Amino acid sequence: MTFDLPSLWAAIIAFSVLSYVVLDGFDLGVGILFPAFRERADRDIMTNSIAPVWDGNETWLVLGGGGLMAVFPVAYATVLPALYLPIILMLIGLVFRGVAFEFRWRTLPGSKFWDNAFWIGSTLAAFMQGITLGALVQGIEIENRSYAGGWWDWLTPFTMITGLAVVIGYAALGATWLNMKTTGKLREKARGLAKPLVFSLLFSIALVSLWTPFIDDQYFDRWFRWPTAFFSALVPLLLASCTYLFWSALKQSNDVIPFFATLGMFVLTFVGLGLSFYPDIVPGALSIHEAAAPESSLKFLLWGAGVCMPMILAYTGYAYWVFRGKVDPEEGYH
Amino acid sequence: MNFDLSAEMLARIQFAFTVSFHFIFPAFSIGTASYLAVLNGLWLRTRDEAYLRLFEYWKTIFAVTFGMGVVSGIVMSYQFGTNWAQFSDKAGAIVGPLMGYEVLTAFFLEAGFLGIALFGRKRVGDKLHMFAVAMVAIGTLISATWITSANSWMHTPAGYSIDVNGNFVPEDWWQIVFNPSFPYRLTHVVLAAFLTTAFTVGAVGAWHLLRDRKNRMARIMFSMAMWMAFIVTPIQIFVGDLHGLNTLEHQPAKIAAMEGHFETHQGAPLILFGIPYEEEERTKYAIQIPKLGSLILTHHADGEVLGLKEWPKDERPPAVIPFFAFRIMIAIGMAMLVVGLWSGIARLRGKLFESIWLLRAAILMGPSGYVAVLAGWFTTEVGRQPWTVYGVLRTSDSLSPVDAPAVATSLVVFIVVYFFVFGSGAVYLVRLMGRTPSINIQALSFVAPIQTNLRHQRPTSTSSET
Repeated sequence: MTFDLPSLWAAIIAFSVLSYVVLDGFDLGVGILFPAFRERADRDIMTNSIAPVWDGNETWLVLGGGGLMAVFPVAYATVLPALYLPIILMLIGLVFRGVAFEFRWRTLPGSKFWDNAFWIGSTLAAFMQGITLGALVQGIEIENRSYAGGWWDWLTPFTMITGLAVVIGYAALGATWLNMKTTGKLREKARGLAKPLVFSLLFSIALVSLWTPFIDDQYFDRWFRWPTAFFSALVPLLLASCTYLFWSALKQSNDVIPFFATLGMFVLTFVGLGLSFYPDIVPGALSIHEAAAPESSLKFLLWGAGVCMPMILAYTGYAYWVFRGKVDPEEGYH
Repeated sequence: MNFDLSAEMLARIQFAFTVSFHFIFPAFSIGTASYLAVLNGLWLRTRDEAYLRLFEYWKTIFAVTFGMGVVSGIVMSYQFGTNWAQFSDKAGAIVGPLMGYEVLTAFFLEAGFLGIALFGRKRVGDKLHMFAVAMVAIGTLISATWITSANSWMHTPAGYSIDVNGNFVPEDWWQIVFNPSFPYRLTHVVLAAFLTTAFTVGAVGAWHLLRDRKNRMARIMFSMAMWMAFIVTPIQIFVGDLHGLNTLEHQPAKIAAMEGHFETHQGAPLILFGIPYEEEERTKYAIQIPKLGSLILTHHADGEVLGLKEWPKDERPPAVIPFFAFRIMIAIGMAMLVVGLWSGIARLRGKLFESIWLLRAAILMGPSGYVAVLAGWFTTEVGRQPWTVYGVLRTSDSLSPVDAPAVATSLVVFIVVYFFVFGSGAVYLVRLMGRTPSINIQALSFVAPIQTNLRHQRPTSTSSET
């Protein structure tokens, strides 16, 4: 195999997006679950469990966006106009939920405004991300290196389903995260929510998977023809093992495994999607090689990525390690 | 001025609006991150409780600001694609990697260590905590470096070629990163951020000193801030002058707009005030000092300074905004210089904390840094028009294939949301700055603190630790 820069970069961008999805996934999920927890003390613990890490998590989104502009500029320049409204609504959602971490301590005592902003913003951002995913899967019309479709092309029943699926999926990650990070009643409640959420997630994955091959022949070919069919068979099998792992661990009241099993479901779905897209970066419209920036850009940034990403993973891991363990509910208000 | 509401004009307004709001936060957090590192270092060295309390006091304010900077910054990283798709496609291969480096070397560093810097002192110990605080401060400076490099490249593009599709292709990254205006702009921006922080801290210190002249923490704040104002303002004025000369060399049309010159002069006057009329191609009601313009810009009384008429109309920047924005920035710079010198004299006489008028002036100057940096950005960015990449790529060829209604709708949404969200943020910040700094700060916290014991120290909102 020759050393192929665009493919390598596609892998790096995919890794960034995946990191974003699983990391911000659980902290957006905690926001989505806010309405289920009405006590101020519970909500404090919930936000405190993610306060030290959330902006690191969202940095992966900036890397996904900035990286795409750097190495696949034409993809960046066509996908974003195509998804104009969902992207802007996602950003608005992120603004509201991001400031709420600090603002909810600053409003007049008793005011629920920023609590509501936190969960509505989180849910809006998640839903719009799901729509973005769905719109990519269903295809984007490109002519002459620019977006040629309409302003509402992204709004279809399919994208509504993918939007909902991502909200459910993030909520499932959030619930299993809380199962891991909290104790007592709060944890029991999160554990209770995790079960229906994960099964709704699996149902959504199944629904979207059944729908997708009928959107475009390419997916159908890819999924049901040898040799790629081997992989498309492997993904459901591995998903089933994650489900088993999740189920048995949850029953034994395990702290950690349910979260990582749910994370595994996300990773597998993501890999499945990646396989369906490859070698396109905008499915059906732009291949990785067509969209790639000039070689000197790819090389220049690769130095940075090669040196920095291992360091980033190391110190991000360290930050998670420093704040490991349960958030203690006994240490609440006094 | 042209008030057409084309998609292009709306997209420009949207970018100007979102980036202006965004920049307010880094303008403060770049300086504050360094200030926090200094305070924490002083605490570790002297073990004087006042420094620790000051660190905690400003940490809370920093956290609120930083959060707003993060979310408004995420918006920026997607503005290029949503509204400026052609720019992204054509220049993405150059501007993109610079921003990619910013994310890789700065944003992750800041975000990765912020949690520890804010919440982790007891968990990791003093040394690692100091390291984390320093990493956050260094991260903000690295971030400023890359983004200023990208911006400078758009003003003074270098090290590129253009391919058959009309796209920029990077040829020499050294020349791209260290493009001609970069060193000046970077120094100017970072010093501006330090001054912005200094005058904010100074105003907060002065406010509390007016109420209690003996408040030791307020004294420390005010004294440190005034040292900064005294030393850095003259340096900033010197650097600003160099930056201006660099602009004269590379973007003379911008200088013509800033100076309000339509005609080319040998021995140009310095127009102190006037109103540029673009249609009539002259600056009316000008109050001017003969020859001084040439003397400042060329260091010769009869040096040649080009006027806007040297350029065809479709290559001229708008004259009004750069002209006024520049004057606002200069006026504030002079006011900063006066306050800095005043504080120096007062300090020499041992009356730094006694002069009521100095304290009042310092309070008045609290927001001056923000106004000055925005005025400076308006000067340089509007002065770059009608280009996004100066002299090569026109703003009108940079736009996304968007319809005006879509841009107008999102613009309205941004305006409503930003004024509401960041307006609330400003109120909370002012409240936080209104807390009387005190060694026994626990009792004065705005909300009930979450108690944590050492062994089970858990992450909490920063506010709960104060």
